[in-house]
Amino acid sequence: MTGGRQGSPWRTPMIVFALLLAAQFVLPDYHHTNMTRIMIFAVFAIGYNVAFGYAGLLSLGHAMFFAAGLYGAGMSAQFLGFSMPLAFLFGGLCGLVLALVAGLVALRTSGVSFLIVTLMFSQAAYLTILYFNDITRGDEGFVLAQEIRQLRFGEMVLPLTDPSLRYNLALGLFMVCYLLGVALLRSPIGRVLVALRENEPRVQMLGYNTFGYKLLALTISGALSGISGAAYALLFAYVGATFASTQYSIYPLLWVLLGGAGTALGPLIGTGLMFYLVEFASEITSSYLIVVGVVLVLLVIVFPKGVIGTLSERWRGTRT
Amino acid sequence: MSFGAQLFLAFLEGTVSAFVLAVTALGLSLVFGVMRVVNVAHGEFFMLGAVIAWSVAFMVGDMPLVAFLLALIIGPLVVGGIAVAVDWLILKRIDYNPEGTIVATIGLLYIIQQAVLILYGPEARVVEPPFYFRIQFPWFGYSGYKLIVAGISLMLLLGTWYGLSRTRLGLYMRATQYDQETAQAFGIPVRRVYAAVFALGGGLAAIAGVLVVPIQQAHYLMGHDPLLMSFIVVIIGGLGSLRGTLLAAFVIGISDGVISVFFTPTLAKILATLLVSLVLVVRPAGLFGEKAP
Repeated sequence: MTGGRQGSPWRTPMIVFALLLAAQFVLPDYHHTNMTRIMIFAVFAIGYNVAFGYAGLLSLGHAMFFAAGLYGAGMSAQFLGFSMPLAFLFGGLCGLVLALVAGLVALRTSGVSFLIVTLMFSQAAYLTILYFNDITRGDEGFVLAQEIRQLRFGEMVLPLTDPSLRYNLALGLFMVCYLLGVALLRSPIGRVLVALRENEPRVQMLGYNTFGYKLLALTISGALSGISGAAYALLFAYVGATFASTQYSIYPLLWVLLGGAGTALGPLIGTGLMFYLVEFASEITSSYLIVVGVVLVLLVIVFPKGVIGTLSERWRGTRT
Repeated sequence: MSFGAQLFLAFLEGTVSAFVLAVTALGLSLVFGVMRVVNVAHGEFFMLGAVIAWSVAFMVGDMPLVAFLLALIIGPLVVGGIAVAVDWLILKRIDYNPEGTIVATIGLLYIIQQAVLILYGPEARVVEPPFYFRIQFPWFGYSGYKLIVAGISLMLLLGTWYGLSRTRLGLYMRATQYDQETAQAFGIPVRRVYAAVFALGGGLAAIAGVLVVPIQQAHYLMGHDPLLMSFIVVIIGGLGSLRGTLLAAFVIGISDGVISVFFTPTLAKILATLLVSLVLVVRPAGLFGEKAP
């Protein structure tokens, strides 16, 4: 990371922001909604990237953080009467707390064991949701009541069913998280996280509290995943156990790998590409998830650095 | 039924599923121990075994015993063949890089699962057990086939143990597990040992699938649970320790059976997953693990 040649680190985010802002006026309805979804899932991917791409923590349990946000926001809005902003924050908090607790236990292990333990926790969370079927409605899920889905500012009432409002809320959320990702990567903390990924014993030898830093990375990651889940629940009004299944732990890994692990823009690119690839495949066959498998295998064999990683290597000729 | 009889039934059910679990998890444990590869697609090998058993039964027609015996041979052979191909086409190519193999086998999981969905369809299909006889206990009758399943599993476990400790290939495997480079220096064809181990691991899962299918039905998503249960067992037993794997399989299998009978299967699975975290808090390397890799 030399940084000298590419000018300000904020230039790419500004271009991305401008493009996404402009896109809503051009996109047809169908793609407009898709883009909203992609930006929300991209926040999930940004969260995953903090753990996996920055700190090298290979987790297969991030679905539980997403689900914590989804259920935290959805249920508090539906059953406890939380207002939309409050439910959103509560959802994010649920993701953060769950990540902190899970991290305290799971980070006692590393490598393969860490992967399996996170997978187990996530599975336990998924089964717990099914177990309390009476409240959570299990696999079937529940739909948020129409009348609570609105933002109130004094006299003004904005319904969250308005596509344009949803798009711009998702855009705002995405930009904040994206900039946070860039800032984190460039901050001293981010440098330590990357160093952890590259060589943990050496970081430890230099006197850093590696457990603390990994826990921090996982907690930030869980909070972002929770925020993404909360936004999904409130903007799309659906809460269901599918989002807690193993598949939703694999998706963020796939998105991040496809975009390029450890890059700031990678999560958005990976999420978008994969979203449309799956959409496209599901029109042809009901076995569309085979695309996920093929892309994963190809990524490992042909493009280990992902789209952004491969491109930036071509352009700059740098070693990452 | 009295409490004692119910407990006995639960224990019996648990023991049978523990044997099947032991065979499945042993395959995963072997692959990890020797190759340091976490095969996330292991459950799909199990599922393939079950689906192959159904296909064989379908082709053979009305001779369940013949079909069963044929499936016991064809299942592991086909899956072993697929495993060798995967080793050659994917794993070898990325030089068994730990993260790479995890991602690649996740991909493989989807490819196998969805390919089966295309070829075999989304239905759950019944396979007839090779024979019907019931063993009459004083309190209830019990399926004789389930006891045969336990018996065959026991033979497989003993066979694997014998193969590892008494044959040349077993010696090669242990040498490779112990120190890959030295093994290579002594002229052990490490790459071929890897292929053999991957095939053996897949084959064991496939046999478990063949055994289970008359009890459970064949379905393209049936690989998920055995995978998670095998992971639990392998983690609790200690990664790479075969002894630990077997012990953990029985602890988890039997307690799973008992809790499933008295409460619900969902609760049993939640408890098993939380047990993993408990074991890891106390011993991060598992019960019999040497050192966390």
